[in-house]
Amino acid sequence: MEFDPATDYPLGTRRPDLVATPSGIPLEDVTLEALRAGRIGGDDIRATPETLRRQAAVARHAGRKPLADTLERAAELAAVPAETMLELYTALRPHRSTAAGLEAWSLRLEHELGAPATAEFVREASAVYAERGLLRDRAEAAL
Amino acid sequence: MTEPKRRSKRFLERERRDLRREVLIAPNPALGLVAMGGPNDPVPELQLLDGRAVSIDGRPEAEFDVIDHFVARHGLDLEVAEEAMGLDELELARRLVDVDVARAELVRLSRGLTPARLARVVSKLDPVEMMFALKKLRARRAPANQAHVTNLKENPALLAADAAEAAARGFAEIETTVGVARYAPLNAIAILVGAQTGRPGVMTQCAVEERRNLQLAIQGLVTYAETLSVYGTEPVFVDGDDTPWSKAFLAAAYASRGVKVRFTSGGGSEALMGQAQGYSMLYLEARCLAAIRAAGSQGVQNGSISCVALVLSLPGGVREILAENLLAAWLDLEVASGNDAIASHSPIRRTAKLMGQFLPGTDFVTSGYSIMPRYDNMFGGGNYDADDLDEWLTVQRDWQVDAGLEPVSEDAVAAVRERAARAVQATYEAFGFPPVTEEEIEAAVYALDSRDLPDRDRAADVAAGDRILAERITGLDIARELDRRGFAEVAEAILGMQRQQVAADYLQTSAIIEPSGTVRSAVNDPNRYEGPGTGYRLEGERWQLLQKLPHEVPAGALVAQHSGEHAIEETHVARVGNRSDEVVVAVGPAFGGVLEETINGLAHADVLAAIADGIRAEGAEPRFLRVRRSSDVAFIGHDGAGLSGSRVAVGLQSKGTAIIHRADLEPLDNLELFGMSPLYTLESYRAIGRNAAGYALGRPVGPVPTAMDNFARAKLIVKTTLLHARETAAVVPQAPAVEVTLVGLPGPVAVEALPGTGPGVYQ
Repeated sequence: MEFDPATDYPLGTRRPDLVATPSGIPLEDVTLEALRAGRIGGDDIRATPETLRRQAAVARHAGRKPLADTLERAAELAAVPAETMLELYTALRPHRSTAAGLEAWSLRLEHELGAPATAEFVREASAVYAERGLLRDRAEAAL
Repeated sequence: MTEPKRRSKRFLERERRDLRREVLIAPNPALGLVAMGGPNDPVPELQLLDGRAVSIDGRPEAEFDVIDHFVARHGLDLEVAEEAMGLDELELARRLVDVDVARAELVRLSRGLTPARLARVVSKLDPVEMMFALKKLRARRAPANQAHVTNLKENPALLAADAAEAAARGFAEIETTVGVARYAPLNAIAILVGAQTGRPGVMTQCAVEERRNLQLAIQGLVTYAETLSVYGTEPVFVDGDDTPWSKAFLAAAYASRGVKVRFTSGGGSEALMGQAQGYSMLYLEARCLAAIRAAGSQGVQNGSISCVALVLSLPGGVREILAENLLAAWLDLEVASGNDAIASHSPIRRTAKLMGQFLPGTDFVTSGYSIMPRYDNMFGGGNYDADDLDEWLTVQRDWQVDAGLEPVSEDAVAAVRERAARAVQATYEAFGFPPVTEEEIEAAVYALDSRDLPDRDRAADVAAGDRILAERITGLDIARELDRRGFAEVAEAILGMQRQQVAADYLQTSAIIEPSGTVRSAVNDPNRYEGPGTGYRLEGERWQLLQKLPHEVPAGALVAQHSGEHAIEETHVARVGNRSDEVVVAVGPAFGGVLEETINGLAHADVLAAIADGIRAEGAEPRFLRVRRSSDVAFIGHDGAGLSGSRVAVGLQSKGTAIIHRADLEPLDNLELFGMSPLYTLESYRAIGRNAAGYALGRPVGPVPTAMDNFARAKLIVKTTLLHARETAAVVPQAPAVEVTLVGLPGPVAVEALPGTGPGVYQ
């Protein structure tokens, strides 16, 4: 059955059939028995991009556009390694990046990490940072 | 030389109160020290051009700061902006308190309002209107609460025991933090294991630096974060080493790892950091909240938070804080409404402030109720702590209001604390961490605070903490080991939290998790309050649960059951005395019968003997009788006086209240009234007897000095009511008074039997 953001929330109780771990174990199989039998392991336990997109759809249907946008970006980031994510966070902090540095991030997000919405978000930040003097200046960058 | 200024002792006494340790100041708008409606706050305004905002609150696009830019792009809903900004402020304010205007409609309009307009509209409401609007606008149907769990020794058994108690008491979220950063994984595990032992589904967080926090989430050891701070001016935002874009990115990063995110803001922070730019606290908070909503946070922790004491130094400070909470709810954000940092030295002032959030109910009434004594609170707070639990529960019971805490018996608390401490002991054993000893478990269950716990090897502990990260020990690993070691139910609960991370339902607004695993959020359990008879009301089973406090007693237990023995014996219908030196002692209907002692525990026989002693000591003669037609001390005394040879009588209720009466006075008048029965000793009753004799013999009498205990009523009014109920139940309407004698003592007065009468058949 198709996913319906109006009626299928909470996914965990209403539509567990649609939820699985990144390695494809259905939510309903994440049990003590499976754990005892060694069928589930450490890296299995998180939301997939698909689940996060469904949560974004639920938020959008409830009229919460910014939350939905954040969850869409979260879906993009789900597959991005944590270290990379934290590097990008640091790059977005004030006076950390040049315009070129942020543009490089945007290109990487688009072409390498499959995160176009996040790429757009970074571009937008870069433009505002330039206007507000929040980029790292060239002199510093040269160091 | 000038004379030292003469001081009023009353003023000096007040100056010694705790309240006077804190400073009150007049507003100083230039420094941002003005609660709301600052003289420099901008006039609300919004100009749109080609589908974008080109001027917000008087600031043209070219002068937008980083917050304006962010709100213009992600916050303002330009489709409703024209309509919403066109509405009169007072009209909008009225809609906030109009039960016929639905929450959804108000939320829709809020998305088109600028920060200055939002602040001005809520400023039109008085405190009660704000509370009403907050009740109406809360996102989730039912309120909940969050606990803080820390201890100075970072002892894992104590952390787990406190988390378990917090969970068992009904807290939906538990936050811990660290004294030493390397403890973070250990503390996260301790409260995860403790919370899931106390009640499955409680969400936990460990407030540490972002990188560390994210790693804990990835390992399934925490489920939420509220460390994302936002400020209302660009310089403070940048000083905090963030921008709205970096914070919004971080929110998405957390969400990508299944972490529920709540931002933090609050009035006073910009002034404290010296960059309020001359704006009021509420206006700057409106800017924060607009940015937080725009950043896609599901919620916020606000209501001044750590700067609360600064806001409270200003006129209208408490009202400003309530306005902040209200604004957040209006913007459709989950609200964890402060009340965690210490707001005041004065318990009166703290509680008065609390009522703003407590009575309407917020998504989390406090952003951290300290489940342990303040000594162990490492959040620099503990506005409410372990010592206040009974008060909190009692105030819920008083108002019939659900502020998120449930009463739990001492035995149940001890049991859950021990189970949690043992689960952590088993976890430490499983991974080869430094052992948790029996002594630690014992202390974790029964101790006051961490001073009662033995010291641990801190070097070995932090090394274990490092191992958790290096070896990537996960929630699943912990569940597996607990299951192997006889903690299957805790393992199942921890596994349940891992399933939650997979389904990610708790990322929606105002989400909490029921013990069954069902997520309740503003999506599937929204607040639909529309006036009386609607919305969340504390009723039914939940009200039964919250009113039944462990120290509630059955009313009957307050009054001793009748032993079956009688201290006095009734003989015959009383006659009018003819001796002018006679003082009647008239007792109430239950005296020396159904009731056997005064409220102060004096045996009725001893009281009568003491009064008789006093009367005789002055040279008069007592005569005892019982008034049966009334339980009112005035009528008991007045009836007695009418039968007394001297026209003077002592009236005495069973609970010990006494009166000296004279027959010519109006019944409700008296010579002396002794209403402080809980204070009276036998000597008091002797003095009453002496004075009554003095009046009877026509001597000048100095009234017995008045003793007072103004707390006697608060302490004993229930018992008084029950005793009086027994007295009143013993009333025989219209029955004449009867003579009585003290059983076992020679009768103080001669008993004249009347023909045709005998005990019990006087009518």
